Amino acid sequence: MLDIFNIHGYHISKNVHSYRQGDLLIAHDVNSGSLHLLDEGTYEVIKACESLQESEKEISLEGINQVLRQAGKQTLVEEELSEILTELDELRREGTLFSVEAELVTPNYPERPIVKAICLHVAHDCNLRCEYCFAGTGAFGGSRTLMDFETGKRGIDFVIESSGHRNHCEVDFFGGEPLLNFKVIKDLVDYGKKAAAEKNKTIKFTLTTNGVLLNEKIQAYLEQEEISVVLSLDGRPEVHDRMRPYADGRGSYAKVTPLIKQFAAKRPESSPFAVGNYYYVRGTYTHFNCDFDQDVLHMADLGIKQISVEPVVAGPKDAYAFQAGDLDKILEAYDRLGEELILRRAQDRDFNFFHFNVALDQGPCLIKRLSGCGAGHEYVAISPEGDLYPCHQFVGQADYKMGSLYDENPHQLKGELVQAFRAANVYAKSSCRECWARFSCSGGCHAANVSFTQTLTDVYTLGCELQKKRLEVALYLKINEIQQNRISSPTQEVRC
Amino acid sequence: MAKHIQTIVKANLSATVKTGGCGKCQTSCQSACKTSCTVGNQVCVK
Repeated sequence: MLDIFNIHGYHISKNVHSYRQGDLLIAHDVNSGSLHLLDEGTYEVIKACESLQESEKEISLEGINQVLRQAGKQTLVEEELSEILTELDELRREGTLFSVEAELVTPNYPERPIVKAICLHVAHDCNLRCEYCFAGTGAFGGSRTLMDFETGKRGIDFVIESSGHRNHCEVDFFGGEPLLNFKVIKDLVDYGKKAAAEKNKTIKFTLTTNGVLLNEKIQAYLEQEEISVVLSLDGRPEVHDRMRPYADGRGSYAKVTPLIKQFAAKRPESSPFAVGNYYYVRGTYTHFNCDFDQDVLHMADLGIKQISVEPVVAGPKDAYAFQAGDLDKILEAYDRLGEELILRRAQDRDFNFFHFNVALDQGPCLIKRLSGCGAGHEYVAISPEGDLYPCHQFVGQADYKMGSLYDENPHQLKGELVQAFRAANVYAKSSCRECWARFSCSGGCHAANVSFTQTLTDVYTLGCELQKKRLEVALYLKINEIQQNRISSPTQEVRC
Repeated sequence: MAKHIQTIVKANLSATVKTGGCGKCQTSCQSACKTSCTVGNQVCVK
């Protein structure tokens, strides 16, 4: 029975993540995506086997008990150990635990990139001066400028043409603050809908805004045109105002919060998985609020149901950058947030925290998980001048310019960049190949990786730790939800 | 019913190597600055 642990080259820690979260002992089978609850004895057996494997010792009954003894834990009698191993072996045979490692495939791409999504930087200007803004408070290192209609129109023509046989295109209005250029947005939505319909396509529009200009007229327009909206709010007033002031230093919380609340209330059925016509209120946490769970709860108490709060990406010299000692506080905040969500679910006061959503039952296929975001070949960002970049975070970085909408052939993206981004899949990153979370994070954000390691294939390790914790809590919440009979079936099959 | 292990979700992700890859899904974003879907919390639209 112990053969399951002694398969040459099969590393348990890489392929089965067993961990303790709250009062549960959980085993996540990485390659099948299955989830199991363990009793204490089974958890200890798997952990002991991991330990033996790491010290390159053969896994045996005596070896398991020796590890337990050394850790000061109760050893298992042979009968119990035998029962546990039998159950583990049954799950292995059905392919839901210790399942065979997924085939080492690399995604196949057509020679010419199929770009189906664009980020239109309609405004390189902003009415706020957020401390942590990666866009250099809106200007992306250049001059403060707005995109004209002609450039935006070319952008829409570009995505309709470049998306080839794909019927669904995505256009995100981004900035800076895109509502500073509202007239052009309206004209582009009108143009885009007509141009797409002529090609039997549809465009899904989204807009990311700080909320300052989100008056009733603009809210009504976004509703009428079914534009999904991402709204920026950092949480508690003092947290928000510290990082998101106007140019004169005044905080923006008092202005944007009522408007964001008003808009969120218009979309009570918004999808937690960002499907259809949705909204999300998103914030950024920094060294100054490692207890960001309090900010999430503040927003939930405002009546906001779709919330996302994410870690800042900062240079080491920035005062708000995470420091040694912050990681533990942040991990504890995720734990607290998970417990609070369970409590609020029981009281019918629940809300969605974006990074705790995990669609195990209908999640993306493995190919998608390997390839990640598609920056630089399925998705590009377009500056106000019409320059093309792999994604919004690379805009303004000359080394990453892929072309221009005003080139003779704008579809001829810079080949070496297309190849580099296509090649930067999970298996191209040595640390990801050994990581249990590899099919859930796709190797992290390219821009964050480049920012911290100067390469596309080395990873931003703090980001890894945060991603793994979020996933651990997400799986825990999923199990809790199933146990509370909040979804229909006790066992579910992945649909893909 | 198993005495020591309770299966909560039974899945077969690795098999989707052969059935997936249609590319119809929403564009994902792993960035910390923008909330469009990240791979871990995306749904398959197939």
